[in-house]
Amino acid sequence: MRGRLTLGSPFQLLLLACSFAFAGYAGVRLFDGDWRGIVLWIVGAALLHDLVLLPLYAAADRAVLSGLGAAGRRAWAPYVRVPAVLSGLLLLVWCPLILNLVDTRYRAATGMSADVYLGRWLLITAVLFGGSALLLVLRGPGVRRATKRRPPAVH
Amino acid sequence: MRDHPRLPTAPGFWRSPLRGPWLTSVLGLVLLAGITVLFVTGLLSYAAYNPDLSAVNDTTPDKGLLGFYLFAWPAGPVWLYRFTQGVHVTLGVTLVPVLLAKLWSVVPRLFTLPPARSLTHALERLSLLLLVGGGLFEFTTGVLNVQLAYVFPGSFYPLHFYGAWVFFAAFVAHAVLKTPAALRTVRRRLREEEEPRSDLAAPRPDPPTVSRRGALGLVGGGSLLLFLTTVGQSLGGPFRRTALLAPHGGAEPGGGPNGFQINKTAARAGIDTVETGADAWRLVVTGRTGTVRLGRAELLRLPQHSASLPIACVEGWSTADQRWRGVRLRDLAALVGYDGDVPDVFVESLQRHGAFRHAALRANQVADGRSLLALSVNGEDLSMDHGYPARIIVPAAPGVLNTKWVARLTFGDL
Repeated sequence: MRGRLTLGSPFQLLLLACSFAFAGYAGVRLFDGDWRGIVLWIVGAALLHDLVLLPLYAAADRAVLSGLGAAGRRAWAPYVRVPAVLSGLLLLVWCPLILNLVDTRYRAATGMSADVYLGRWLLITAVLFGGSALLLVLRGPGVRRATKRRPPAVH
Repeated sequence: MRDHPRLPTAPGFWRSPLRGPWLTSVLGLVLLAGITVLFVTGLLSYAAYNPDLSAVNDTTPDKGLLGFYLFAWPAGPVWLYRFTQGVHVTLGVTLVPVLLAKLWSVVPRLFTLPPARSLTHALERLSLLLLVGGGLFEFTTGVLNVQLAYVFPGSFYPLHFYGAWVFFAAFVAHAVLKTPAALRTVRRRLREEEEPRSDLAAPRPDPPTVSRRGALGLVGGGSLLLFLTTVGQSLGGPFRRTALLAPHGGAEPGGGPNGFQINKTAARAGIDTVETGADAWRLVVTGRTGTVRLGRAELLRLPQHSASLPIACVEGWSTADQRWRGVRLRDLAALVGYDGDVPDVFVESLQRHGAFRHAALRANQVADGRSLLALSVNGEDLSMDHGYPARIIVPAAPGVLNTKWVARLTFGDL
């Protein structure tokens, strides 16, 4: 088998050929303009996600787990992960507003100031982490016991 | 510590015990439903512009067969575009965590060796580049556009519209190839049968720190948080304050009758108070019997009508119904010789630069009794930012077709 490319399923082949032809029909219209920039955006989006964003957040998660593990507090992981993921998602989606990258245009368009977004995001983040800390304290004894037990099985 | 392979091309490199066919299938089925709704509401939004009526309404004139489905956009119910576009944008934002989780669940496949087992397999992997790249492109351009971050390479409308068709071509192929297996996996789980071996699952997983249900709950929680901090900008009223991070959430831009959301300020549009003053401004109405020029005082002497209509933007935000008052468009058509047979109208703004300073409305929109050349709103003269001295307001139409600072109306078949 090695070194020789076989055909594969004829149905899948036809389906994919149809899909590519149709994508091509729309693609010549999409690329009518700054086609280099657009190709860069589409391929770049996939590469940036798969090779930068995903490894970064996976590494951050691993660092949190090993840090908590070293401190013998692995059961606290969800109390860090959940607020971090939620806050990170909000930042990812709304970063142009939160980081105030569009202030002039935003003000000119809407008549409002984008200054408020960083503060709101920080407050939401504070509430998320604070709420998590509160839960940890309230469930404290249970979580401490769970640390000594084996981690929960996948179910 | 166990010895782990250092290269992602080795199956043992991937250690999360969460990955597996069930998680991927559930996320995939959610995206199948969600992206289908996004695609349909996106196509509806294009139709709502009435692009085949006039070149000024059409940002993608080279669409060819991709506009096969276009139809005359109705003038009711008044909340129609508010609803379809609110769903489009809010759902798009809500699905971001699902998309990210889905991509995370299948990332080992990116590094599968050999690169191609067969010609079909090679093409399928190439198609996945269109699927992943195209999908991320659509979500990214949409999310950036609603925040006015125009950093993408070109005008938003053609990029998002043609990009959607490229993505959808790959999406349909992927759905046809994968949905049967996803449904089988979910059904098998419901019958509590054993999950068969899959290359999605790690061969030597680490001990779990969270269950698959827990992980799915976190994804759902992320979606819920994004939904709750966004949807208020489309509901309006007291709910707007709950949209803490959405571009048109939080407080209204001002108080009083004109204190509702603005799409483009007079300053941004370059409107000078000299040209809108009582001495300078005349509405030029042209039709079958010639041209009439009307000052604001003369317009106010024509029969005045009221209509409660929202403003609904392509960016997904909208206002609650505002009480507009002014002259019916069909009455203005009658002034220039269209009595009974209502034609289309071509609307021109005082605005000299920028997209949609001209707009075309179809006869069914002009004929609707709620379609006004509005002079006041909520009992007060329009503010400069809401289009003083006169603006168009039409039920169920996208916001930019409600031209502000109207200078000229040309009635006739377009």
